[in-house]
Amino acid sequence: MFKKILIANRGEIACRVIKTARKMGIKTVAVYSEADKDALHVEMADEAVFIGPPPTAQSYLVMERIVQACKDTGAEAVHPGYGFLSERPAFCEMLEKEGIVFIGPKVRAIDAMGDKITSKKLAKEAGVSTVPGHTDIIRDTAHALEIAREIGYPVMLKASAGGGGKGMRVAWNDAECADGFERATNEARSSFGDDRVFVEKYIEEPRHIEIQVLGDSHGNILYLGERECSLQRRHQKVIEEAPSPFLDEKTRRAMGEQAVALARAVDYQSAGTVEFIVDAKRNFYFLEMNTRLQVEHPVTEYITGLDLVEQMIRVAAGEPLAFKQDDVKLKGWAIEARVYAEDPFRNFLPSIGRLVKYMPPQETEVVRVDTGVYEGGEVSMYYDPMIAKLITYGATRDRAIAHMRDALNEFFIRGVQHNISFLAALMVHTRFMTGRISTNMIAEEYPHGFHAADVPHDDPALLIAVAAFLHRSYMDRAAKISGQMLGHERKVKNDWVVLMGGQSHPVHIELVEGGYDVVYMGENYQVRSDWQFGQPLFKGTLNGTDICIQVERRGMHYRLFHWGSQADVMVMSPRVAELQALMPEKAPPDLSKFLLSPMPGLLTKLAVQVGQEVKAGEELAVIEAMKMENVLRADQDAKVVKILATTGESLAVDQAIIEFE
Amino acid sequence: MHDIIQQLEQKRAAARLGGGQRRIDAQHKRGKLSARERIEVLLDPGSFEEWDMFVEHRCSDFGMADTSTPGDGVVTGYGTVNGRVVFVFSQDFTVFGGSLSEAHAEKICKIMDHAIKVGAPVIGLNDSGGARIQEGVASLAGYANVFQRNVMASGVIPQISVIMGPCAGGAVYSPAMTDFIFMVKDTSYMFVTGPEVVKTVTHEEVTAEELGGAITHSTKSGVADRAFENDIEALLMLRRFVNYLPANNREKPPFRPTPDPADRQDFSLDTLIPDNPNKPYDMKELILKVVDDVDFFEVQPENAKNIITGFARMDGWPVGIVANQPMVLAGCLDIKSSIKAARFVRFCDAFNIPIITFVDVPGFMPGTAQEYGGIIKHGAKLLYAYAECTVPKVTVITRKAYGGAYDVMSSKHLRGDVNFAWPTAEIAVMGPKGAVEIIFRQDIGDAAKIAERTEEYRRKFANPFIAGHRGFIDDVIMPHGTRKRICRSLAMLREKQLENPWRKHGNIPL
Repeated sequence: MFKKILIANRGEIACRVIKTARKMGIKTVAVYSEADKDALHVEMADEAVFIGPPPTAQSYLVMERIVQACKDTGAEAVHPGYGFLSERPAFCEMLEKEGIVFIGPKVRAIDAMGDKITSKKLAKEAGVSTVPGHTDIIRDTAHALEIAREIGYPVMLKASAGGGGKGMRVAWNDAECADGFERATNEARSSFGDDRVFVEKYIEEPRHIEIQVLGDSHGNILYLGERECSLQRRHQKVIEEAPSPFLDEKTRRAMGEQAVALARAVDYQSAGTVEFIVDAKRNFYFLEMNTRLQVEHPVTEYITGLDLVEQMIRVAAGEPLAFKQDDVKLKGWAIEARVYAEDPFRNFLPSIGRLVKYMPPQETEVVRVDTGVYEGGEVSMYYDPMIAKLITYGATRDRAIAHMRDALNEFFIRGVQHNISFLAALMVHTRFMTGRISTNMIAEEYPHGFHAADVPHDDPALLIAVAAFLHRSYMDRAAKISGQMLGHERKVKNDWVVLMGGQSHPVHIELVEGGYDVVYMGENYQVRSDWQFGQPLFKGTLNGTDICIQVERRGMHYRLFHWGSQADVMVMSPRVAELQALMPEKAPPDLSKFLLSPMPGLLTKLAVQVGQEVKAGEELAVIEAMKMENVLRADQDAKVVKILATTGESLAVDQAIIEFE
Repeated sequence: MHDIIQQLEQKRAAARLGGGQRRIDAQHKRGKLSARERIEVLLDPGSFEEWDMFVEHRCSDFGMADTSTPGDGVVTGYGTVNGRVVFVFSQDFTVFGGSLSEAHAEKICKIMDHAIKVGAPVIGLNDSGGARIQEGVASLAGYANVFQRNVMASGVIPQISVIMGPCAGGAVYSPAMTDFIFMVKDTSYMFVTGPEVVKTVTHEEVTAEELGGAITHSTKSGVADRAFENDIEALLMLRRFVNYLPANNREKPPFRPTPDPADRQDFSLDTLIPDNPNKPYDMKELILKVVDDVDFFEVQPENAKNIITGFARMDGWPVGIVANQPMVLAGCLDIKSSIKAARFVRFCDAFNIPIITFVDVPGFMPGTAQEYGGIIKHGAKLLYAYAECTVPKVTVITRKAYGGAYDVMSSKHLRGDVNFAWPTAEIAVMGPKGAVEIIFRQDIGDAAKIAERTEEYRRKFANPFIAGHRGFIDDVIMPHGTRKRICRSLAMLREKQLENPWRKHGNIPL
C-alpha cells in the first residue's frame, strides 16, 4: 500500500479523499492555489504544496506543477478527484513516466471513453444499447420518413449545427415528420446558416440513470447498482439518489451487465460510471462513460456500505477486489442534495463571498456532509459554486427524504446566497415524493423561476408556537433588567398575538419547566428548548417531536425558516396587535422600475444618462465584483428618469442604481 | 360623594376623548395613533399615571374662550418601560392640531422638572402643528420654557424625541436639543421653514417629505437617529432602546443577564481581514460576533455610513460602540462621520456608558469639499469628545490606523484605558506607498527601487509592534478572542474613577 498520496484537487472532494486516506493510514499531500491558501483541504492534509495563481489554468490544471509536487513530497500516487485532471490521458502518461501511480483507470480506458464516437462504437460492439438514430444527414423528406419509420416514432429532428433548442422538432407520426423536417431545415438555415438535419429517437420523460462500476487489475469488474440523477437544472445535477425509484430488478440487472460489458471492453480498472438515458417505458440507452469518481458517489457508498475512494486506492495499489458481484447487496435508500452558492429567487444567479455563518447539520449515521468550506471561509469566483453535498440515508426512500428535510432545516448559511430553500421545496414536491421525475421536471414545474410562495408551510401552528416561545423569552428576559421601580416591577402577561401572513393568531403562553406551553386555537403546544438569545437554530421539541427551525431577529420581526418556507412573524400584546391593525399597509416599492445591483461590488461604469431611452438588452452599467466585470442590461425598453448611484461607488446587493419611467 | 365620583368619571371620559372620536378616526386614517394609544404602546401595560388631565388653556381671544378641551392638546405623566420609570408627554393632534399653548407647555415643563428631580428619562412624542397662534407671545414663551429645561436636563437625564406628525418652525428646537430623535416614515416631518416659504424665498420646489421627512433626516441631514415604518414599530423599538440607557447621569446603565458566555470565542473572525489591504470587509460582522446575543441597536444607520455607532451589551452591561466601516469610503473620517461619532461619544460619556472603538481608518477624507466645509473644526469635535471622555474606553485596531485619524480614534494618548491591536493592524503615519513616495522622493522615477522601499516600509511599520514597543498598544490579540478580552477589560474597568479639572464648561469646537 502507498505511504503517501497527493490529491490533485480542491474543495469537498479533496477533503473527502483525505478522510479516507487518513483512515487507511496513508499520508496526504494537498495542492493549492493562491485563492485557496486558507482552504479546508490545505488544513486537513499532512502537507500542502502551493501550485500557482487562482485561475485553474495556472494552478490545478498545470500537470507539471502537480508532478513536481509529487516529486518534492515523495507522494507515490495521485488521486485526481473529479473535474480538473481526472480524465486527461496526458496527465496519466506524465505520471507514469515519473513512476507515480494514477489512482484511476488506465490511459486506454480514459482515451476510449473520452471520445464520443469511439465510445459509442465500443458500446455497440459490447452489446450495449445506444440511442437509435441515424447520424447521416437527411437528403429530403422521403429520406426523413424512411429513417423515422426505421427508428420508430417518436423521433427528434435535430439541426446538425444546433443548440439551445433551435432547429429541433419532435415528430410522432409521418405527417409531423414531414412537416418537422421542412421546418427544422428552414430554422437551421436561418439560425445557423447550415441546413443539415439528422434524426434520432425521441426519449419521452427522459431520466438520467447511471451505473457505478468497479474493476481491478486482476480482471474483476462489478457493478454497484445505479444512481438516479434526473433532477437537473440546466444540465446541472441538483438531487441524486440510489437506488432509482423507477428501475425494476430486471432492468437494473440488464443495465448493470451491459455496463460491466462495456467496462470489460476497455479493461477498466477503477471506479467508473456508465450513464444511461431511460425512457418512460424503461428502455435505456447508453450516453457516455465517466472514467472517474462522480460527485454523487456517496449515495452508492451509503447503499453498498463501500468506500469507493478506498476501493480506488486499493485497486491502484494492485490489490484484487475483496468481494464478488454476489456480495454486492443494495440496502436502504440514499439521497444527495447539492448545496450551491446561488440565489434561487434570482434565477439561480451565482453568489460569491465570505461565509459569515456556516453551520452544516450534525453528521450522524444517516446524515453525511461532504464539504470543503468553513465559517469565515470564502466562496471564490474562480471555482465551482458547490458549497457542500448533503447526503442522507434511510431504510426506505421516505425515511431518507424525511432525514433530508430535517438536515436542510439545520443547514444555516449566511454571507452568500444558497439554494437550501429550493432543495427543501424539491423534497416536498409531489412529483419528487412519488418518484415521477425526469430531467425536464425542474423546467416544467418552475417555468417562471422559483419563488418563496412556492413553499407554503404545511403546519403554520408550529411556526406560531415557536414565535410565541421566542418572543416570550425576550420579554421575560427584558423584565429582568436592573433599576426597576421597587414593588412595581414588570410582570409579563400570558396572552399574546402572533402576526403572520397578514393574520392575527391569539396565543396563551405559560412558562413551564424547560420551555413554554403555547395554547393556540384550543390546542396545547408544548414547546421545549434550551435555545438561547441570538442562536440561529431553534432546536427543541414540539409536543415531544424534535424540531429545528432557523430563526433570525430582524427589528420587530422574527424570520423563521423551516422545511423550505420562510415566514416573517411579529408577536405583540393583544392591545398593541389591535392598534397594529390600524397601521397602513405599505406596498413595497415597485422594484421593476429600478435597476438593482445583483451583487455587492464597485460601480465602474454608467452607460446611460437621465432622459435616455434604452432598448431591452442594452448595456446600462458595469459592476466590478471580485475582479470580474458584470454588465447589467435593460430587461425591457424603458426611459431613464433618475440615476441613483455614482461611478466609483461601492454598491450593496439590491441597491438601486437607475430608476426608469 | 357619589355625584362627585360620577362627575370625575365624566370629566375623565371627556378628557380621554381629546378632540373627539371624529378627529381620532381622522388620525387613524392618516396611519397615526392617538396620543393616548401611543402611550399605551410605549409603556408597560397599566403603568401610566396621567397628570394634568384637567388643565385647560386660558386664552379668551379669537373665540378661544368657547372652545376648550381638558388636557389642552398634550397628555403627560409617567409610567414604566420594563419596570423602569420614564416621564412622557404625548401631543394630541386631535386637540387644536396639537398646537402648543401656554398651558400645554406648562404641562410639559412640569414633567420635565419632575424627571430632573427624580432622575428619570423624558420621552416626548411629538405631533403638533406648532405654536397656538391665538395665544401669541404666551405660546412662544411656552416653547422657550421647554427649551430651557431641555438644556438643563441635557447630560442629566436622557431625553428622547419621537416625531410622529408635523414638527415645524420653532417647535423643532426642543427635539433638536434632546439626545435622540426617532421619526416615523411618511407621517412625520421636521423643518424650520416649510415648502411654501422655501418656494417663495429660494424658488425651490420641494415636498414636505423631501424637505424634512424621516428618510431625509435619517439619511441626509443626520437630524434623526432612526426612521421607522409606523407608530407601533417606532414605539416598540423605543422600548428596546430605553433598555440601554441609565435613568440619569449618576447611575450606571442597567444590567440585564445574558446567557452568552463572556469567554465565547469566534474563530471565523481570524479570517475577517482580507489579505489585500485595499479590500473592504464588513465591520458589522465583527460587532455582531463580539457583542451579547448578536444584538446591536444601531444609531444613525443610514447617515455617514463610514462610521458605525450604536448600543450593545457586553456581559449584560450596556456599551456604546464606535467603529470605522471599511465598506463605505474605506472607513475614512469626514465631516459627517466626525459629527455623528462625536455626538455619540459625548452621550455615552455623559451617561456612564463605556465605549468600545473598533478602528480601521485610513485617515481623513481629502478634498476641497471637506476643507471648505470645515473638516478641521468638525474632525476636532471627535478628537475633543474622545479626549474629554472619562468613561471606560476599550479600543481594538483591526487593520489601518493611519495618521491623525489614529490619534483621534480613542488612542492610548487620549486616555484609552485598554488598547488592543489585531496582528493585522498597521499603525503608522500613512500607508506604505504614500510614505515611501515622501521619504524617498529622489527614487520616484525608479519603480523597482520604490517597490523595494515600499516592501521595506511595510515590513517595518505596517504592523502593530512599533506601537507595541512604546506601550501605545497594551497587547496584540487574536481576533477569535476579542470578545473575551473586551469583556475582561470592561469588568476590570467597572469602577474606574477619572475626573476632568473643574471648569464652567469646555469649549468644544462647534
